[in-house]
Amino acid sequence: MDNLLLMMAPLFSSKLLLVLFFGTLFGLILGVLPGLGPTTGGALILPFTMTLDPLSAIVLLTSIYCAGTYGGAITAVLINTPGTPAAAATCLDGYPLAQKGEAGRALGMATVSSTVGGIFSVIILVFFAPILAQLAYEFGQPEYFALAIFGLTMLASIGEGSPIKNLIAGAFGILISTVGKDFMTSIDRFTFGINELTEGIGFIPVVVGLFAMSEMLTQSTLINQVFNRIALKAIKLPSKDDYKKTWKTILRSSGIGSFIGVLPAEGGTVASLIGYSEAKRFSKKPEEFGKGSIEGIAGAEAANNAATGGAMVPTLALGIPGSATTAVILTGLIIHGVRPGPDLFREQPDFLYGIFGAMLIANVLFFIFGFFGAKIFARITLVPNKILWPMIFAVSVCGTYSLNQSIIDVWIMLFFGVLGFFMRRYGFSVVPVIIGLILGELVEGTLRQSLVIFDGNWLMFFTRPIALTFFILSLIALAFPLIRSKKFKK
Amino acid sequence: MKNVQKQKRANKSLPFFFRDEFKVSLVIILISTALLITTFNFDIVPPILNRGIQPATFPKALLVLIIVMTLIIYYLATKNPWKIEKKLPKSFYLTLLSFLIFLVISKTLDFFLAISALSIFVSYCWGEKRIFYLLLVGIMFPVIVFIFFETILGLRFPPGIITNIYYS
Repeated sequence: MDNLLLMMAPLFSSKLLLVLFFGTLFGLILGVLPGLGPTTGGALILPFTMTLDPLSAIVLLTSIYCAGTYGGAITAVLINTPGTPAAAATCLDGYPLAQKGEAGRALGMATVSSTVGGIFSVIILVFFAPILAQLAYEFGQPEYFALAIFGLTMLASIGEGSPIKNLIAGAFGILISTVGKDFMTSIDRFTFGINELTEGIGFIPVVVGLFAMSEMLTQSTLINQVFNRIALKAIKLPSKDDYKKTWKTILRSSGIGSFIGVLPAEGGTVASLIGYSEAKRFSKKPEEFGKGSIEGIAGAEAANNAATGGAMVPTLALGIPGSATTAVILTGLIIHGVRPGPDLFREQPDFLYGIFGAMLIANVLFFIFGFFGAKIFARITLVPNKILWPMIFAVSVCGTYSLNQSIIDVWIMLFFGVLGFFMRRYGFSVVPVIIGLILGELVEGTLRQSLVIFDGNWLMFFTRPIALTFFILSLIALAFPLIRSKKFKK
Repeated sequence: MKNVQKQKRANKSLPFFFRDEFKVSLVIILISTALLITTFNFDIVPPILNRGIQPATFPKALLVLIIVMTLIIYYLATKNPWKIEKKLPKSFYLTLLSFLIFLVISKTLDFFLAISALSIFVSYCWGEKRIFYLLLVGIMFPVIVFIFFETILGLRFPPGIITNIYYS
């Protein structure tokens, strides 16, 4: 009861409420802009937080985190460009549904599932943070490697394309992650003597290129087609039937997201992919996935927002960031003199529960902004392409450039735009490339570190129960699309 | 559905080297092979310093995997051919050309000017002939974006003929 009262503290402080309001709005704007996101937003606002007290500072950062993660879904649905990498899986069904003229329905579902996922994970955080942190502690390098492999095998079953094509795209994504200096030996790989490539290829130029620029090229091939999008249909929100159809998916994905989020370095991208894949596996209509399935949107969005609460668990309980944005929050905690760790729960419960409460309120706030704003956002799909896409180009170029203030990043973005167009033309989904790129470093890093631990003995992986479980699950995930396609043939 | 079947049948009637699945597989395999050859030129860590696998091993394994999987999709495509894709329209090539124009202008003249030029060019090529809307997408909107990134996010754009005037 005391903890509940502590959680409600932000509600009774006008200053904290104002900070929450500003943080949520700022997070939403950053989430919507391709190339930016909660991590960049948090990093930008970090110096400003020095003027605030510790609780207000962390409340500001966490509200940006929650709202920014949700904001990524808005552009994923409207223009097929995930505002954050975690929203990549949302594109798979969100954009096709918007293309059918039902952007409001897609956005409404993304908002509701994100809110439920976010609130679910905060509740988990309140009650199980210390236990979950202990669980994360059990994960060593071999377990992370096995989990990353499991995440990658999920690629086989996403979208409506061929599983093998998805796996090729995923392997290509991992290959991109190897560009630059090798992290263990500092040896250059695939840099071709270009200095700018020694730092590797960032995922923002690749994401914006593969999604926004390739979509722009796709739209250039469709300018003679007449789209009859009816305004009333575009702004229609999800029906009761939609919620009936998706509540189980939302709860399942919320659980998946909370668990995956707890594991350091896994984050919302893997969570949304697994959430999406599981939604498809349990769906009565898996054939609709990739063509505008409302369950696909719910599965991906609930999971990636649930991962926000999950990622706070190791950050607060162990001092290990669960994602890039929580690394910024951790920095915020440290510069404000708060020492994260198990003692935080005992020594500063008011501070801790204040953060939990703020996360809860941030979820409610972005629900209000998102749900009621969905009707307005959905109108973007009614803007003629000849006006909309040049504007998206301007934002994408500036967003990509802003990351490192490097023109090379803009060139990389354009290159991946052309590549993405041809990939999609020949049936290769671009989502696996992003997932591969994000997981690539983790896969290679944990594999090589595990081999050092095992003294080069590969078989030792199978002596670790958690790793073995994930390998078995990976085999099942790989076999599943084959079994399903045989079933369909029958 | 019938249309797709028709396109697939049409593809099957083509000689194998004209089919999309052959061309796409060939391109992937050629690029992967070239990259695979490159990995043999990566520096090798001396055994005394080496912990675990060599830096080239992981990319090599990935490239071999990509080549094998590409052969599999090609084999599968011989049984179930891909549908023939429609020819790309002129507007696609014009948009592609606008990317090139953007690269040239951003490198030689000005980053902001390049965004404006591309926006107007693309909008015009896609059918927008009204001056107001061309100015909206080509000047007004880029100015708003520029101000947002420059003042609110503190971004400094690369020097050029317009940005230099602004900064000075």
